[in-house]
Amino acid sequence: MSKNPEFVKFDKVDKSYDGKVLVVKDLQLDIAEGEFITMLGPSGSGKTTCLMMLAGFETPTNGEILLDGNIISNIPPHKRGIGMVFQNYALFPHMTVYENLAFPLRVRKIEKDEIDKKVDKALSMVSLNGFESRMPGQLSGGQQQRVAVARALVFDPAVVLMDEPLGALDKNLRESMQYEIKHIHESIGVTVVYVTHDQSEALTMSNRIAVFNDGKVQQLSSPAELYEKPVNSFVAEFIGENNTFNGEVSDISGDECKVKLSNAEILSNAISVKSKGEKTTVSLRPERALIEPAEKMDNMFSGKIEEVIYHGDHTRVRVNLLGNPEFILKVPNSTSNLELKVSQEIKIGWNSYDARALDPK
Amino acid sequence: MSSETKQILTTDGIPLEVSLKKAEKKNKIKAFLLVAPLLLFLFITYVFPIGEMFTRSVDDKMITNMLPKTFKAMEKWDGKELPPEEVFDGFYSDYKVLIENQTQGKLGQRLNKEKNGFNSITKKLMRQIKRNKIDESQSIKQQIMKIHKRWRDVEYWQAIKRTAPPYTMAKYLKGMDMYLAADGSIAQVDEDRRIHRILWLRTLEIALFVTIFCFLMGYPIAHLLATLPMKYSNLLMICVLLPFWTSLLVRTASWMILLQQQGVVNDFFVMIGLVADDSRPEMMYNKVGTYVAMTQILLPFMVLPLYSVMKTISPSLMRAGKSLGGTPFIAFWKVYFPLTIPGIGAGCLLVFILAIGYYITPALVGGASGTLISNQIAYHMKTTLDWSFASAMGLMLLSGVLVIYWIYNKLVGVDNIKLG
Repeated sequence: MSKNPEFVKFDKVDKSYDGKVLVVKDLQLDIAEGEFITMLGPSGSGKTTCLMMLAGFETPTNGEILLDGNIISNIPPHKRGIGMVFQNYALFPHMTVYENLAFPLRVRKIEKDEIDKKVDKALSMVSLNGFESRMPGQLSGGQQQRVAVARALVFDPAVVLMDEPLGALDKNLRESMQYEIKHIHESIGVTVVYVTHDQSEALTMSNRIAVFNDGKVQQLSSPAELYEKPVNSFVAEFIGENNTFNGEVSDISGDECKVKLSNAEILSNAISVKSKGEKTTVSLRPERALIEPAEKMDNMFSGKIEEVIYHGDHTRVRVNLLGNPEFILKVPNSTSNLELKVSQEIKIGWNSYDARALDPK
Repeated sequence: MSSETKQILTTDGIPLEVSLKKAEKKNKIKAFLLVAPLLLFLFITYVFPIGEMFTRSVDDKMITNMLPKTFKAMEKWDGKELPPEEVFDGFYSDYKVLIENQTQGKLGQRLNKEKNGFNSITKKLMRQIKRNKIDESQSIKQQIMKIHKRWRDVEYWQAIKRTAPPYTMAKYLKGMDMYLAADGSIAQVDEDRRIHRILWLRTLEIALFVTIFCFLMGYPIAHLLATLPMKYSNLLMICVLLPFWTSLLVRTASWMILLQQQGVVNDFFVMIGLVADDSRPEMMYNKVGTYVAMTQILLPFMVLPLYSVMKTISPSLMRAGKSLGGTPFIAFWKVYFPLTIPGIGAGCLLVFILAIGYYITPALVGGASGTLISNQIAYHMKTTLDWSFASAMGLMLLSGVLVIYWIYNKLVGVDNIKLG
């Protein structure tokens, strides 16, 4: 059975609530069968609206949503067969765990024996056997979360939607739940559409990430590509940490370009600049800049250390470099760099390939 | 047991419990002093009047105090034949005292309630005594018996004896259309005179239906209030509360204007051709008027508890129900409705209990077929001045409410009530 690369398809979808502002603009998004895709973006970027349209609680103002080739815009939520995990779990507080899980099966008129089997299977998937007769109120946050996941999966939906399901959990629990959800996804191969504003969550769990901003998908790619090769300033800024220089393209040849800053010129990788004289923002990941590099690099400048913050596994060094007082360096902890002191002058170097000249901020 | 319970000591060597009690004592006293005014107020305005009502409803000391010697003498009388000489002597001397104090009229009235015909024969006896026609050296029994043949009737003496105990259940029995028969058994009053039982049933019936109507109308309103966006829900809330803030009398009066035969509602019916002009339906001074006005007036008491419960139900629960495959109806019935039960319980209990004791509205728009037991209580308080009977019925009403509360507690559990 070959996987359908357009299992879920948003086709030119627009959404507006008040007829004045478009919350989602011309959304074009294909989700493959069995994929774990994350919609990532700041609040108000339209990601939850997309999820709600897919679930059927909102209707697109324009365009169509297709599920396995069928237009579903006019199908009510209860006939779509899409499982959903809600932000606050939305477990039915007056039903036991068993009844919560049996609810989607009972409304489908499945026989009692079959229901027992499926509920049992779903509970063992989230390792909550023996909790059948508990009420949701008697469970901890993480357990409630797992019940919610089990409930969304128990009726074997084709697609499962998760709307910031881990937002209410504490950090450690959130991380272990991330792995747990990822493993469940891998073992049953269901298509998951996941919404979050937490980038590390998105990077950990997804096959592909769609970064939303201002109602539009800014970039849709794998976590590694998203981090290594952001296509515009917003993505570079939003995913991970980022050092920026604002300047003007002074020379361009192929992939390489020279960017003129107020007091220097740096060599950069030309991503979204085309011609001389264009304004640009150069983005550089903190870990790509080295202190006192041993071999020669494309860009070599010296700056003054403003601040040194010890982080355990690494040290963050803030340097005033080329007029940017917020230039951050991440130095892995080893015996060699314990010498770093505030107001010390150091040399910093990076390769032109890692400095991406993007659209101006 | 492996571990012994050891007394834990503080660092100063005082047992922990003692030390804790000492530390909390001050707070406890403070807390008590804070509630003390309320407790006092409750006692004066609630416990004491109810106690007073109860004693008044069973109190029958008046005759006991008026005829002390009579009842003393009657203790030895078996009540089957005419009482012996001593009883007549006692009665005569008691009665003479009453005449001197000019309270003999009350005795006549009271005895007349026990048995018809007492009023005239006591008056006759009074006149004889006043004219000094009774010779105290002769047999008093013979002289009294000569005054009127009823004095020779054993039933009248039995009636006096029945009034001897200082406490009586008669008022409660009367409230249920029953009375203590001559032989001391409980009997039903004649069928055509059983008005109270009809009133009790009607009160329950009207309270029940008003509760049902309030529920049917209040539930959607409360749901809308809880789900609408703030700016609309505030407006709707004001619409719900505005009547609540209007005087009860004003609202009832406006219903009278609306519902009367030449009123707005009837005019409207005639206009749209629902009824003919010469056969306008009677919508006031009957049950219809009571139903309509009471439902409208009690509606906020249903809406507000429901609203406060619905407000706490996350809209994502309904969404979850739907996304899991439940039709909107199933999602409502299996998920939303069960969660509103605490509010339904609170609202229904509130409306029912208020409706059971409702007074002004039925009095004004109820007419003869729409009045309730409370109107009867008011009637006895103001018109017949039979306060003990009014007290008895008031207490019966109160115990009815307590019974309903108890049943509710058994069925739903009072802990499930949510008023906000």
